Amino acid sequence: MQLEELRFGTELLKRGFAKMQKGGVIMDVTTPEQAVIAEDAGAVAVMALQAVPADIRKMGGVARMADPKIIMEIIDAVTIPVMAKVRIGHFAEAQILEAIGVDMIDESEVLTPADEFHVDKSKFTVPFVCGARNLGEALRRIKEGAAMVRTKGEAGTGDVREAVRHMRLIGGSIRSLKGMADEELSKVARDIEADFELVLECRDMQRLPVVNFAAGGIATPADASLMMQMGADGVFVGSGIFKSQRPEIMASAIVEAVNNYDDPEKLLEASIGLGEPMKGIDAGTLGEGETLQTRGW
Amino acid sequence: MAFQGDVSEHVRAMEVGLGSEGSVVEVRRGGIVPGCDGIVLPGGESTTIARHLARTGVGDEVAAAAMAGVPIMATCAGLIVISKEIVEETRFLPLGLLDVRVTRNAFGSQRESFEADLEVAGFDSPYRGVFIRAPAIVGWGAGVEPLAMIEEVAVAARQENLLGLAFHPELTADLRFHEVFLEMI
Repeated sequence: MQLEELRFGTELLKRGFAKMQKGGVIMDVTTPEQAVIAEDAGAVAVMALQAVPADIRKMGGVARMADPKIIMEIIDAVTIPVMAKVRIGHFAEAQILEAIGVDMIDESEVLTPADEFHVDKSKFTVPFVCGARNLGEALRRIKEGAAMVRTKGEAGTGDVREAVRHMRLIGGSIRSLKGMADEELSKVARDIEADFELVLECRDMQRLPVVNFAAGGIATPADASLMMQMGADGVFVGSGIFKSQRPEIMASAIVEAVNNYDDPEKLLEASIGLGEPMKGIDAGTLGEGETLQTRGW
Repeated sequence: MAFQGDVSEHVRAMEVGLGSEGSVVEVRRGGIVPGCDGIVLPGGESTTIARHLARTGVGDEVAAAAMAGVPIMATCAGLIVISKEIVEETRFLPLGLLDVRVTRNAFGSQRESFEADLEVAGFDSPYRGVFIRAPAIVGWGAGVEPLAMIEEVAVAARQENLLGLAFHPELTADLRFHEVFLEMI
């Protein structure tokens, strides 16, 4: 067996990488020190960012890919996978992240969109995760090559309601496909602007064809359990950890909650003595220009 | 072990392999392992899985079962967890069951993850290995038989009732390693 006979960046490898994250918590971090805290708490991966979504909201201006130097320092600090975000459609930022050697790229609505088209993710060796609010959006991203999907929720609010809504919409749409004839599916595919073969796969598997995480507003162990019980394969926690009073404790507690999501006794244990969670914003009070989930299509 | 990782893929592959001759249970807490005839440690994040094994006491149950001769199939992160020694690892201690030295992420990051056709001892045709941020076995004791190699490192090895694989047999339809494991039971 010689190394030159290897095949890189196949669909199986990309989707397989996402599968290894299942049952895990992926945490937003902005420094190597935070990355180490996340790893020690049992995170399966970290998302390297310039600022967490709650601060991006506050700061305003154009939110871009993080400084490569910070990302490289975070890669050096931990052994778990490191992910990073690019602006929607910004394939040059994605090329830079691939050159750095990040393990997964999040084409994210949390950053300021760069194009009305999403990145052609099939051209990359590194796998992508993308946000979605409904089944059509999820399947369009998968068609473009996303190896993993997450709910958009409403990032940086600490309010789980939008993540819940998106998870329900996706799950409900998939359940409604059950028992449909192929010709009925082709109408669904047209209506939700999704690829027919992918809709067919959803009907037959009764789930998305790729790993589906919850994200956007998860701030407590109970939030994480809620999303897992609704069928999420795992959770992303953005501002919820490092905007809480005691990040180390909150991080471990959310990992515990994901592992014991269906055990109320263990959830209770995980929920005691955490200090203040992030303060947050009621997502229902955000005006039209203030929501991040409406970015992307 | 259903703490974290590609558990459902392992369950499905094992159910196909077993047919009607057994059942698969998902273990996320103590007390279940002592009643099992075989144990599978899936792929995932080894630091996370090791943490759950230690916290719940299931790690000790797995070690006791291994000593008692219960067959174990450990893939990728699982291989790291059952190894005797991890090169340059201070974050967690492996269970020390399989007498091998492993290097984590031996081939690089996800960009360097790969598929390769392996020559496997005992198989009459190549086996497609799926390596995802995979470890490699860089040293092994006299009781360990390396089953497949990539250049000078081993990527599959067996020591009596323990089967360690650096790749993911649960991600392909080729169930030959599952058959090897089931024959050990």
